Amino acid sequence: MNILIAILVLGLIAALFGAILGYASIRFHVEGDPIVEQLDALLPQTQCGQCGYPGCKPYAEAVANGEAINKCAPGGEDTIKKIADLLGVDVEPLDENHDAKKGPTVAFIIEEDCIGCTKCIQACPVDAILGAAKQMHTIISDECTGCDLCVAPCPVDCIEMRPIPETVQNWQWDLTKIAVKQVD
Amino acid sequence: MESIVERINQQKFWQFHGGIHPPEQKKLTSDKPIRQLPLPKQLILPLQQHIGSQGDLLIKVGDKVLKGQPLTQSTNPMAVPIHAPTSGVISAIKKSVIAHPSGLSDLCIFLDVDFNDTWLPRRICQDFTQLTKNEIISKIANAGIAGMGGAGFPTHIKVNTKPDINFLIINAAECEPYITADDLLMCEQSEAIIDGIKILDQLLNPAFILIGIENNKPKAIKALQKATQFIDKMKVCTLPTKYPTGGEKQLIKILTGKEVKSGALPIHSGIVVQNVATCFAISDAVIHDIPLIRRVVTLTGQALSKPQNVWALLGTPVSYLLEQTGFTNENTADNNKNINLPPPVIMGGPLMGFSILNELVPIVKTSNCILAPSKTEMPSAFDNNSKELECIRCGQCSDVCPSQLLPQELQWSAKAKDYQQLTKLNIFDCIDCGACAYVCPSQIPLVQYYRVAKAEIRQQQQLDIKSEKAKVRFEARKLRLEKEKIAREEKHKKAAAARKATMNKKSADGTSASSAVAAALARVKAKKEATEKTVSDSPTINNGKTKEHDELSSTSNEDQGDKSQVKAAIARAKAKRLAKSRAAEEKSDALPTAISVEDEAEDEKSQVKAAIARAKAKRLAKSQAVEKQEETTETTETTETTETTETNNEAIEPPIANNKANNEDKKVKIAAAIAKAKAKKEAKNEIKAPEVNLENKKSDVVTPNVDDKKTRIALAVAKAKAKAKAKANAKKDQKKQAELLQITNNEAKSSLKLSKEESE
Repeated sequence: MNILIAILVLGLIAALFGAILGYASIRFHVEGDPIVEQLDALLPQTQCGQCGYPGCKPYAEAVANGEAINKCAPGGEDTIKKIADLLGVDVEPLDENHDAKKGPTVAFIIEEDCIGCTKCIQACPVDAILGAAKQMHTIISDECTGCDLCVAPCPVDCIEMRPIPETVQNWQWDLTKIAVKQVD
Repeated sequence: MESIVERINQQKFWQFHGGIHPPEQKKLTSDKPIRQLPLPKQLILPLQQHIGSQGDLLIKVGDKVLKGQPLTQSTNPMAVPIHAPTSGVISAIKKSVIAHPSGLSDLCIFLDVDFNDTWLPRRICQDFTQLTKNEIISKIANAGIAGMGGAGFPTHIKVNTKPDINFLIINAAECEPYITADDLLMCEQSEAIIDGIKILDQLLNPAFILIGIENNKPKAIKALQKATQFIDKMKVCTLPTKYPTGGEKQLIKILTGKEVKSGALPIHSGIVVQNVATCFAISDAVIHDIPLIRRVVTLTGQALSKPQNVWALLGTPVSYLLEQTGFTNENTADNNKNINLPPPVIMGGPLMGFSILNELVPIVKTSNCILAPSKTEMPSAFDNNSKELECIRCGQCSDVCPSQLLPQELQWSAKAKDYQQLTKLNIFDCIDCGACAYVCPSQIPLVQYYRVAKAEIRQQQQLDIKSEKAKVRFEARKLRLEKEKIAREEKHKKAAAARKATMNKKSADGTSASSAVAAALARVKAKKEATEKTVSDSPTINNGKTKEHDELSSTSNEDQGDKSQVKAAIARAKAKRLAKSRAAEEKSDALPTAISVEDEAEDEKSQVKAAIARAKAKRLAKSQAVEKQEETTETTETTETTETTETNNEAIEPPIANNKANNEDKKVKIAAAIAKAKAKKEAKNEIKAPEVNLENKKSDVVTPNVDDKKTRIALAVAKAKAKAKAKANAKKDQKKQAELLQITNNEAKSSLKLSKEESE
């Protein structure tokens, strides 16, 4: 009899906790896998495709599925470091096939040479080129990510990548140039 | 509120955390009056002299301007205009070094002074109390007044506030060593300053006006007390000397005991702070209609033989001011080795200023001091004996930080570029006062690390915003492309359905035209079946169509109305096929285009024809093109010619037969047009020689994909190539092309004749 009561009591307790756990798993369910979003947020969003994927989001997805983390050339070492931190893996040097960018650039169309073929418009991942067939095209430089994708399709080579000039607004302090000394 | 006033009346003030007592060095200049300088030969006026945006130019090179004439204007509220500080001629508008630590260039107006100093007509206001609030604000805005204490925030925005103001604080602390510009201004112009304060009082209507002044300026205190003795509202508060009392938040803390929250503005606590020099500029602007064209600048340092405060016109080059005050450049005087080093001249005070690398840097609205120290006074940071050492964690920096930050923590995070941590440590509350660097026994230039980090964080924020925008645009584009694709597919389906419908309708009507087509089709088919092998791999749609055509042919055979019509149709079809097969032989990479377009509406046929014609022209032009390419062409040719002939015969021929006469007309026209265009281009012949890479690339584009855009692209590419063709080649090509066109046309005609004879 005692044994029966013991089994019954333990059984009831087990059932109770089981129910609580079951409820909790539904009530506090975590939706989806946010790692892709987090990776995407770290990428520079140039949508340049230098990683071999058609944009930053696809590359983020690929990295989440085990793709190498060192393929983002525009992001450079900083981005690799951040991804490595996020995924808890070792920092790798930038893939040899990609050369690190020298600095931020923006595309520029030499307008007198443009024949209005619209090919660069089709290539631009962020719709930063304005123009129509047989009309001269131009770049909305504020929207240009400097991804280089429009340079190759141009049949008359009228697009060039120009470095963004240094102005007072985007100037960075260079400690080696500042003469600092306090009064004694 | 009342307790605050009580404490102020008792001259008992609060204290801010930290602060330092550096040697004042104000005696160098504080006992000499403000000197009027002769006019310099040239003034350099940067378009932007304040925080915000620059205005649009109102003048052009060569214009004669009068003193006080506005040179820029803007509808942007954050932009303040600049004015001609004296009369003269605009000699240039170009980039020049500006007063900024980077030493970068920005757009500047160069004004050649004519030494007449002729004023633009002014309207002097006798009684400013009669003016409305808006009138005063527009006067301030038009006078181009921006905060003259250092930051340069547009004053008309700061004074145009709605909420009730408890305290208007006039910042006369001038706590940084060496600088005495405000001190002297208060001594000499106390009445004008008080007028300016009265104008601000009228605008803001604060409960109390507190003038905060450090106790190291006894003359100025006396002058102000004398000027305000009959005004109850204004209280001159004599504060103990301590750096940085003149910081906005620090001054508020001292005078009212209130602390402005991190990230908030003083206005949120009902407080407005204005610099004393700004008050003077306001009174000048509102009463005397003098825009902001001059300011008091302290020229000091032991490298100057006659240090003194001067009235400097905005735009005066620093070199001129140094010359006027007897500057000796130790670098050139001492030894010849260092001749290339820029003279150690600092714009602003010793703690918050920056070295200027070029003496052409002009005085702007925010420059209050030019400090030219001797080497013993302030050794260069590049000297070996002022080397940065390791942090010894003494904690002195956090003791003196007026913002109660943790400078050493910040320093480590800044060195590690850990910007998240820096933001957590409230780096943006740092006021760049440099107290931490001043007390640091290891001589770590702490404040410089923070400046770098702050600039980089701001830059990063900009990039984040930009990348977020790029992401949104990328997503939007992807969505749009998908939508377009779906729309295109639907359009194609509809077009196909419409075609079918019209075909059925025609057959039902049994009109002569359609029966002729059907008959032609039947004949062609029968002939083909007899001669050729079976066509097993043609698409199902085509099979369906052949069935239909079979039925059509049976009906048409029954009512053979007009035999000659049928014959003509057959003849046309034949001619067509001949022309086509010839085209296929010569130009295989245009064929996929033809295939892709065969499902399209009939009028697009002509476009395809044009493309083919152009492609042919191009191909001929490239007669010396790479052999490899030709090989591939040949392989594709064999496979594709058979396919096209098969499918074409069954599915495409009917519409072609219908439209053929039309098409041929068009073809001839198009050919003529192309020939014309080419001749024109040759005449111009300013185009570079073609590049082999480019050409290969282009032919790739032409060949592979099947898309309706291809036709357009083919057109564009053909054009581009024609344009890029070398002059010598072009002439040859034209001949060849003309010949070819003739041949094809002749052949078509002859075959037409032949077939006619045959049928007869």
